[in-house]
Amino acid sequence: MSLLEVTDLMAGYGPAKVLHGMTFAVDEGEIATILGANGAGKTTTLRAICGMVATSGGIRFDGRSVRGLAPARMARLGVAHVPQGRGTFAGLTVRENLLAGAYTRRDRAGVAADIDRISQWFPRLAERRDQPAGSLSGGEQQMLAVSRALLLRPRLLLLDEPSLGLAPLVTQSLFGTLTDIHNQMGTTMLIVEQNAGLALRIAHRAFVLEAGRIVRAGDAASVAADDSVRRAYLGLGDSR
Amino acid sequence: MTYFLQQVVDGVSTGVIYALLGLAMVLIFRATGIINFAQGELATIAAFFAWQLNLWGLPIWLAIAATAVIGFGAGAAIERVVIRPVANKDHFTLIMVTLGLFMITNAVTGLVWGYTIQAFPDPFPVAAWTVHGVSLSLASVGTIVIVCVVGFLLYQLFHRTRLGLGMRAAISNPESARLSGIDVGRMQMIGWGLAAMVGTLAGALAAPKLFLEPNMMLGVLTYAFAAVIVGGLDSPLGAVVGGLAIGVTENLAGAYLYDFVGNDLKIAVPLALVFGILLVRPQGLFGRRAVARA
Repeated sequence: MSLLEVTDLMAGYGPAKVLHGMTFAVDEGEIATILGANGAGKTTTLRAICGMVATSGGIRFDGRSVRGLAPARMARLGVAHVPQGRGTFAGLTVRENLLAGAYTRRDRAGVAADIDRISQWFPRLAERRDQPAGSLSGGEQQMLAVSRALLLRPRLLLLDEPSLGLAPLVTQSLFGTLTDIHNQMGTTMLIVEQNAGLALRIAHRAFVLEAGRIVRAGDAASVAADDSVRRAYLGLGDSR
Repeated sequence: MTYFLQQVVDGVSTGVIYALLGLAMVLIFRATGIINFAQGELATIAAFFAWQLNLWGLPIWLAIAATAVIGFGAGAAIERVVIRPVANKDHFTLIMVTLGLFMITNAVTGLVWGYTIQAFPDPFPVAAWTVHGVSLSLASVGTIVIVCVVGFLLYQLFHRTRLGLGMRAAISNPESARLSGIDVGRMQMIGWGLAAMVGTLAGALAAPKLFLEPNMMLGVLTYAFAAVIVGGLDSPLGAVVGGLAIGVTENLAGAYLYDFVGNDLKIAVPLALVFGILLVRPQGLFGRRAVARA
């Protein structure tokens, strides 16, 4: 059974509708990615799942309908969201950011163990534990935002343009770590990414979003081999 | 020297009242990013409420404690009913709303209890010690101790508890706080509730000195506001240090510059000091400059 099932989802900001009936599903334990041009509705899709915009249609998480639940409720159900850009608490220290991410959890020992584990994935964060998050570099902030989300022990991790504003090498290492995290914790991920090549390399499943509708869906390898996808999103010519 | 020390001690004992009201303003600023100009009037109406309970037979400490608890609920209710509907509007709208709250509270206080000056029972028994020629009243010492305890408890709350972490996360980045499962609205209500509680204490401790009347806290509000600005809007420690500095400067100016500034103009001296400090440190003495790296 799918962990996340979205059916005929419509969403927008006031009268401006962005999503016009999206249908897709993400299975437990897989990495899925949504590709699309700027303005296609990628960010809005993630915001809709988390209850951050008004929606109609169906959103089911783990078999139950969750459409219309507030973001804090979704977090408690195990849906973590790394928003685009600034996903950290700038005035709080790195350590406090992580503890805030674990706000809903009561198992102190488990939280401490998770912080240790995250320090291994992102050693830079451990070094800067007592610094305010606002003083970190862009890449470190993104790592912190991902770590904060992981401390929720999410069943589903939503990542909105994790590579935005990062240097290519930093992006590479971030995606490498995301793969490690997936391998070790089995966290289901839904990644929205402008860097389609990178996203397709780590994803199992891919959806192509155009003007608020899914126009192509399938396993990542077959989507990556699709000529129209290659031309539009990978900046490559025909595979021939 | 004795005269000087006496003036400093007297200044501290008025300064702690500014500090307490300033603490209430810091709490609200930290919870909702708003400067609450109605803080003084809310403290006044709370003082009247405690006075009324005392008149009905409740011992004064019990009356103050009961008012503080009711004040928590009232503060939370004000956040929910008055502030939240306009929370996403710009700063000018919010300032107008708290100014409106100021006028309504002031008018309601006058309507219910009238404008006759009332004597507020002193919660401390009359007692004083003389140390090296400086007279220390129990009321002054007690007030100082209470402010220190309140400040300490608030610091512990914000930096040592899960609730405090949630409140700080909610003001730092409401969106990410919600995504972490923090109920931001509830954090804001609690912030206003705590502020009302601290404000109640400020009103009840100021009332015996100032006499109870609807405009009692007007001057205190001005100084508390200056204390908060000089200490740093988001810093509880700053509010305390700022309040004390202003209380002492005001008193020293009245004592030593009397011929020059007179009793009415002594109010200008601490404000001039504030101006000077802000020229050098715009974020206030203890305020955190918003750190951001591009």
